[in-house]
Amino acid sequence: MQSVLDDRITLKYGAGGQSMRTLIQQVFLDGVRQHADGELGLSAMDDGAALRVGDQWLVVTTDSHVIHPIFFPGGDIGRLAVSGTVNDLAMMGATDVLALTCAVIIEEGFSRADLVRIQRSLRETCEEAGAVIVTGDTKVMGKGELDGIVLNTTGVAMTARVVPDSGLQPGDRLIVTGTLGDHGLAVMARRHGLMLDGDLHSDVAPINRLVRAALDAAPGAIVAMKDPTRGGVASALHEMAAKSHVGITLDEMALPVTQQARAASELLGIDLLHVANEGKAILGVRPEAAGAVLEAVRAHPLGRDAAIVGTCTDERIGAVILDTGFGRRLVTEIEGDPLPRIC
Amino acid sequence: MASNGGAFAELKFRDPARARALSETLARLTGEIGRSPVSIMHVCGSHEQAIARFGLRATLPKSLNVIMGPGCPVCITDVPEVDEGVALARQGVRIATYGDMIRVPGTVMSLADVQARGAKVDIVYSVAQAVDLARQIEEPLVFFATGFETTAVATAAAVLGDPPANFFVLSAHKYIPPVMEIVAEMPDTRVEGFLAAGHAATITGWGIFERFVERHKLPVVVAGFEPLDILAGLVKLTELIRDGQPSVENMYPRCVTKAGNLRAQEQLWKVFRPIGGRWRGIAHVPNGNLRLRDEWSHIDARQQFDIDLNALWDYAPPLLVQSCICGDIMAGIKSPTDCALFGRDCVPGSPVGACMVSSEGTCKIWHQYGGHPDLGGYGAVCAR
Repeated sequence: MQSVLDDRITLKYGAGGQSMRTLIQQVFLDGVRQHADGELGLSAMDDGAALRVGDQWLVVTTDSHVIHPIFFPGGDIGRLAVSGTVNDLAMMGATDVLALTCAVIIEEGFSRADLVRIQRSLRETCEEAGAVIVTGDTKVMGKGELDGIVLNTTGVAMTARVVPDSGLQPGDRLIVTGTLGDHGLAVMARRHGLMLDGDLHSDVAPINRLVRAALDAAPGAIVAMKDPTRGGVASALHEMAAKSHVGITLDEMALPVTQQARAASELLGIDLLHVANEGKAILGVRPEAAGAVLEAVRAHPLGRDAAIVGTCTDERIGAVILDTGFGRRLVTEIEGDPLPRIC
Repeated sequence: MASNGGAFAELKFRDPARARALSETLARLTGEIGRSPVSIMHVCGSHEQAIARFGLRATLPKSLNVIMGPGCPVCITDVPEVDEGVALARQGVRIATYGDMIRVPGTVMSLADVQARGAKVDIVYSVAQAVDLARQIEEPLVFFATGFETTAVATAAAVLGDPPANFFVLSAHKYIPPVMEIVAEMPDTRVEGFLAAGHAATITGWGIFERFVERHKLPVVVAGFEPLDILAGLVKLTELIRDGQPSVENMYPRCVTKAGNLRAQEQLWKVFRPIGGRWRGIAHVPNGNLRLRDEWSHIDARQQFDIDLNALWDYAPPLLVQSCICGDIMAGIKSPTDCALFGRDCVPGSPVGACMVSSEGTCKIWHQYGGHPDLGGYGAVCAR
């Protein structure tokens, strides 16, 4: 069902679900030309664009980062800005980052010490990812004109083979590269002052090197990739299922989750499948290569908890079904950010 | 670090093998009853959450009809009660309430609507948080108190705990046992047994249902909220139906006793008295509403403020509301999918009826978990 866009843009249009896709389709894709020759442009609504350059592909992606609080358990806005863009490139198969740009918009009165802390984090995360920021931009806006600081990063990288969201076939297996829900729960607990944050840590990290190890483990066998950020695994799988024209069955018992994240999600009444991750990928893999890819991912320090969690089917195209071990239900996308249950 | 065996394996009461055995027993029992459908009602949003969350309906026998009754405290808060909160907020009084409440439509506006027009509305997670807020400010703060006996006890404790002089309570609390009588007598409901909410029974005790069982000759089973709790409760209930044996059974003995929490009951009735009143979409429920006793009139917002409802009539009520069937859904006569608005004009982002607002509401829960299309059995567990 095609949703109708409201007259006013509310917060739900930025939350990564169906509403955001409606906004992009109805406003930003209006009049945009389709790319030819397997190139991926705006209309593909993938993690980034892929343009042919000689016999290679140039992948470009951009991401703006606003987060409250800007420092949270396990990371900060700087680490997020580099990881987000590096991971979006990696999700297209472009794991060797050519260059990053970084634009910073700062609110009048922002602390210099915090700015230095963010810059240090940007630099350290770049080192982890093997990336360099080559150009940037700085603006300061008046008090109250924005909330603290906004970062935008753009990344470019070359790759010989582009991995789209849409390559899944019935029978393919789905691997998640680690535990789910850590980032969203850590930020939520801190934001709402829920006194749970002691053991909850964001997973924010650049995972391009992990993805490279996975791709090299079975050349050509990883046919779709997506990072489950805003909207969580639920939104990412819905997009992959719809674009690939398959159904997806997810095995809840196989989902890797930390004890802490599980306890927090139970307590708050939040479905972990809706919670954002910032250092994880969902890999769609041909069934015969699933074992080899899983092994390669687990050999990487950021992939120790990876697991095969689902299978693509030719039933209920576009739907995601969760086998809970007790029964089966549909997984839906959420509208807006998940909110803790009250009673 | 990740747990071995996946997300929920080692949590108690979440053993799929035991669940499967209970489902098979349930199928055998409903087969032995030999009628279709056998309708069972639960009266708790948390039960519906668990049933939907774990996909239990996919494993229930086709002839067993598990209906959600009036078990969502937010949903059954009546329109005039919301109107009182809205009117107070419009008069400039600061309101604190649970997050789910603020989007519940009143006659013409919700608390969220008046908030958007500049009124002061604070979301709190507990009554204690509202009392804390009152201590930090000087202006009057009205806690719009909603929920069943479970949250009413918390409100009572706050009232008894010497709150600051600027803290007031606008009580819309409800009391569950009387509404079960109403639903049992509704001609269209045809409920053959009730699954009672374990958490409410920790306070009231299971003994409270004995008179109900005697009067209506319908069995009541008190159940908890884990998948095995619910399945075991359903098994016990169908057993009682098969045997034509109306009695109360406590399947949640790790929390619920016959007498309940006497200290909580004492506090509850010290602060509140039961009066008759409407439950949204259901009926007038004798003794179904909890109001502050006269000795607490200095805290009672209804006594301390002039609540001017007339000021609301400048606004026209929204048209869609007229086709909302929340009432029939809460009475167990209809399902969300019977409603023409469900998932189209009425979605969590812009709810028409209260059932789509609350995380305890049937419509919201069905929408969140994709309704209950026939997904059949356990299906093929993913090949690993």
